[in-house]
Amino acid sequence: MMLGFDISYFEAKYRASEAVCQIIGPATPQGFADYCPRFVQGTFTTVEILVLCCLIGLVVAVPMALARVSSNKWLSVPAYVYIYVFRGTPLLVQLFLFYYGLGQFEVLRESFLWPVLRDGWWMGVIVLSINTSAYVAEILRGGIKGVPEGQVEAGRAAGMSGMLLYRRIILPQAFRIAWPAYGNEVILMLKASALTSAITVMDLMGQTRTIFSRSYDLEIFVYAAVLYFVMAFMLTYLFRLVERRLKRHIAYP
Amino acid sequence: MSAENSVFTLLSLGDKGWGDELLLGAVLTLELALVSLAVGLVLGLATAGAKISHSRVLRFLASGYTNLIRGIPEFLIILLVFFGADQLMVSITGALNYDGVIEVNKFVAGVLALSLIFGAFASEVFRGAYQAVPNGQIEAGLACGMRPSQIFWRIRMPQMWRYAIPGLGNLWMVLLKDTSLVSVIALDELLRQSNIAGETTREPFLFYMVAALIYLLLTIVSDFGRHRMELRANRGVRRAG
Repeated sequence: MMLGFDISYFEAKYRASEAVCQIIGPATPQGFADYCPRFVQGTFTTVEILVLCCLIGLVVAVPMALARVSSNKWLSVPAYVYIYVFRGTPLLVQLFLFYYGLGQFEVLRESFLWPVLRDGWWMGVIVLSINTSAYVAEILRGGIKGVPEGQVEAGRAAGMSGMLLYRRIILPQAFRIAWPAYGNEVILMLKASALTSAITVMDLMGQTRTIFSRSYDLEIFVYAAVLYFVMAFMLTYLFRLVERRLKRHIAYP
Repeated sequence: MSAENSVFTLLSLGDKGWGDELLLGAVLTLELALVSLAVGLVLGLATAGAKISHSRVLRFLASGYTNLIRGIPEFLIILLVFFGADQLMVSITGALNYDGVIEVNKFVAGVLALSLIFGAFASEVFRGAYQAVPNGQIEAGLACGMRPSQIFWRIRMPQMWRYAIPGLGNLWMVLLKDTSLVSVIALDELLRQSNIAGETTREPFLFYMVAALIYLLLTIVSDFGRHRMELRANRGVRRAG
């Protein structure tokens, strides 16, 4: 059933790329048009990895940031180590360690997890999510520290404590403070997702390298650079838009 | 696990172990990072200078360079520089009717790509630091009859470092980790040595783990160094408490 889903999904992606290229193909330079479906398919994969990792990363990062600022040593020290280790080592090493490294263990190769562990796409999503969760947790920690002490005291005076205080007072403001830094992190993630091509993922970078190995034409890299640049530009715009909305209570009319 | 294959044998120095290869790789990683840092700092200062200059053309070029680098994956930049230099060499030797093949030096290509990336981000740090020095101090310098160059070297520059060091420290950490990307153009730095060791011995987990620990160690040392530099740069600043 999983397989059936996969095939129809890949087919849908392939058809969508063909359709997009039918429209934009004639307007693009020959060097791009020749490989258009591959470029577009790679872009789809890059976007899907980015969206998934940002969501999973955020879900993991919130409790991690809360643990990091907790006064309980049993929570804050493990969170500190998690954040430090994943921020302190290169993402490429993490990808290799999980994708090629785990495969050496017989136990894992025979376990029910193997279909996921041997799949570059899945491992890419998992490792990128872990990696970004560490960065986002650190960003959120900065946001939480940035919430004025008076707000917390006011919350306590109103009878709030624990999770309620976090949910109503601290986290909403922490998110607002952290938003621009989070936007930067998402753009860094977009660029970092290109590394998944090193573990066989056919994202935009993977497709680009495949095309380049056939044509050996530098133009190919330039087209990929343009596509990445446009995506980063659109993300920047999107985050500014949301930022303006988040700050509408302090904006000048 | 037999004695032949124990962790200690695998990581030992000499013919049987991979310890010396990994160390050589780590040294190359450090060299790569340090040379790129030096070139990148110069590039960053020059770009920052262009950004605050009065020339519209210079400002346009500098911000274009920064925005371009910011929007393109580091991985792509490294490949573009490496293969770009390669094809440039081919066309140059072709134009000179030279028959042999000149290979692009991978270390030089790596340094070029990494310092291009570092310089773009460092220019923003330098620009911010330049503007963070209070205007009153510059005016005070003018009032004392200092020349612009004197104001720059005596007032602006010494204080810029204080504002620039945290940002540059972050960029150094990013640079250190980005050196691992150069392994894809087959430069024998730490990650590629671990690749080779892991493939040969069929113990990839062990060697990637060791590589990760070495990178982590470099990060910890850098963190410590950055802290010391911040303390030193801020020694003239009084704090409450």
